Amino acid sequence: MSLTASVLSLIAPGLGQLYNRQFIKGVLFLAIDALGLWYFINHLPRAVWGIVTLGTQKQHMEKVGKITKMVPGDHSIHLLVQGLIILILFMIFAWFYVQAVIDARRNGLVRENGGQTVNFYRSAGALFDRSFPFTMLAVPIVGILFLTIMPIIFGILIAFTNFSGPNFVPPNALVDWVGFRTFTDLLTLKTWSYTFWHVLLWTVEWALLATVTTYLGGMLVAMLVQQPGIRFKKFWRTLFIVPFAIPQLCSALIMNNLFNGEFGPINQYLGMLGIEKIGWLTDPQWAKFTVVLVNAWFGIPVTMMLMFGVLTTIPKDLYEAAEVDGATAFQKFRTITLPRVLFVTAPVLITQFAGNINNFNAIYLLTGGDPKTGDYQFAGQTDLLVTWLYKLTLDNNKYNFASAIGIIVFLIIASISIASYLRTKSFKEEDMVQ
Amino acid sequence: MRKTGTGIRLFFSYVLLAILGLSVLYPTVWILVSSFRPGGAIYSPTFFPSNWTGEHYSALFTDKSFVFGRWYWNTLKIGIFTMLFGTLATTMVAYVLSRFRFKGRKAGLSTLLILGMFPNFMALISIFLLLYQFDLLNTHLALIIVYSCGAPVLSTFIVKGYFDTIPRSLEESARIDGASHLTVFGKIMIPLAKPILTYMAVTTFVGPWVDFILARLVLRSREQWTVAVGLWDLATNFRTANFTMFAAGCVLVALPITIVYLLLQRFIVEGLTSGASKG
Repeated sequence: MSLTASVLSLIAPGLGQLYNRQFIKGVLFLAIDALGLWYFINHLPRAVWGIVTLGTQKQHMEKVGKITKMVPGDHSIHLLVQGLIILILFMIFAWFYVQAVIDARRNGLVRENGGQTVNFYRSAGALFDRSFPFTMLAVPIVGILFLTIMPIIFGILIAFTNFSGPNFVPPNALVDWVGFRTFTDLLTLKTWSYTFWHVLLWTVEWALLATVTTYLGGMLVAMLVQQPGIRFKKFWRTLFIVPFAIPQLCSALIMNNLFNGEFGPINQYLGMLGIEKIGWLTDPQWAKFTVVLVNAWFGIPVTMMLMFGVLTTIPKDLYEAAEVDGATAFQKFRTITLPRVLFVTAPVLITQFAGNINNFNAIYLLTGGDPKTGDYQFAGQTDLLVTWLYKLTLDNNKYNFASAIGIIVFLIIASISIASYLRTKSFKEEDMVQ
Repeated sequence: MRKTGTGIRLFFSYVLLAILGLSVLYPTVWILVSSFRPGGAIYSPTFFPSNWTGEHYSALFTDKSFVFGRWYWNTLKIGIFTMLFGTLATTMVAYVLSRFRFKGRKAGLSTLLILGMFPNFMALISIFLLLYQFDLLNTHLALIIVYSCGAPVLSTFIVKGYFDTIPRSLEESARIDGASHLTVFGKIMIPLAKPILTYMAVTTFVGPWVDFILARLVLRSREQWTVAVGLWDLATNFRTANFTMFAAGCVLVALPITIVYLLLQRFIVEGLTSGASKG
């Protein structure tokens, strides 16, 4: 009976259920099946064709009677998006199909063993019992499929096309698959590779500097507040959290004005002291310094809060013992505080490093990637890979290059994460401290 | 000898704390003061203006090109719905992944982890095209959907980490007493997860207030904008001419969020640090 049911459901989901005398479920499944088949017969071939060819008919002029008029051609990018949407819908449908067969087989087995299949009311109840995890996940999964997974697949695919301005942007032109050419162009064409390597280098420099400054800064501020004898600890703590509480959109734009070279108050005060105006955001070297400095302002509160927690876990008697031995404050820091803190927060350090590689707001809102010196392709001196990606997408229509950079950023972040995962695992096994 | 040493140390510590405090407060006080200064320029010969004015604030609400009241309302609406749906979606995903063992769970976890490693901007264009396909451009619904569906990708691990720390025995005994999964989730787990839910609620609510990228792409007409888009517009297109108005806008956006963050400090720190230690 289970075999008959499965085969029937394989022919059309719902038939097996009907055979198993689950009528409401059977009819429901058949209806979904009919709807799905009707939809996919009409759409799936064109979707696959669209993804494979990205359109064949270019926009062109055609003579209709006496007047020539513009006939719209295939829109490659819409074909790609529509194709992906339909493929995802088809995958959901296929999943439903498989589930229907499994369900038919299971109920067939129940009947073989002389059991009774449950009625529709009870099967629906199972959604909140046996199938509870799937019921809970259904809506979020659909959302993630369409709004995260589909867009990312699209983003990845674009890197393998020639979708870029000014020559290959629909509806004026068709887009084609070009394989790895975008990557080879990015890495070998002089103008692109020069920009790419320099932006990559600065991204890594930035991530290192930003991570180290906020980390050490946070640790020092926390130790400063936490040291014995300091009064109003709670007040200081709250005060230093303020930069974290202000949304970065606002504070970064404020800083941008504060460091304004012409009219900003910082240069105004320096002027009062007789110091010449500094191009905080316009001189390439100073701009790099300024973004790291301002980022410390944004980032120190978070590490500080983390450090408060870590510092309190260090046993006091360690310090007392060190004092008896006549250790200086610096020695205590180097031999007791630093190793302990580093051990506990090593994973955080790595996540922050990865986060800084993608730290879009800090750069984009503060300098916009500028100053531009003219030797970079669509990038300025403080541009990170992500801000460059953003500009290439929204300002310059170089979609394929942007996607290729996105994939490279992903590879960097992924390898850091894997390294960090392996590291924490080995740490756990080693059990170094305690 | 020892006592004077401590005294000097404390003295320098206080000096350092004061300098740090000053550098923390200076930008905020500066923008606050600027928002009350007459005229539009950044430059001012004195730190405090000679006379204070609230005209920039009223201009934001009465000026034809700045409908701040409208933007505020839009953002509030988007923020509240995103908070509800985003928190719910994340909690559901995190709870299921923390508590149930089923086929595909490991794959789901790794997928979420991998998705989080892609720069979000890669998805911008196709989200735009997707919204275009479904005729959702220039609607607030579009933003609510995108933000809410993005929330689980961003924060499932933080919330899951919290659920992992709640002992299983609690729900097991409830299950034995005949409680359904839904009851266990709603009546036992949700109340216990209050700190992390507060964290989620705050972060998802604040998201629309500060997102100027997706919102700027999706919302095409001025009266549909959110405050973040409006502020960005003030900052980029009107800054040199009317800096004080930007300052007022900045205060209006930052003040409510800052107050919420400071009030709910405890929850947010908890969420942040638990997420951090889980990686």
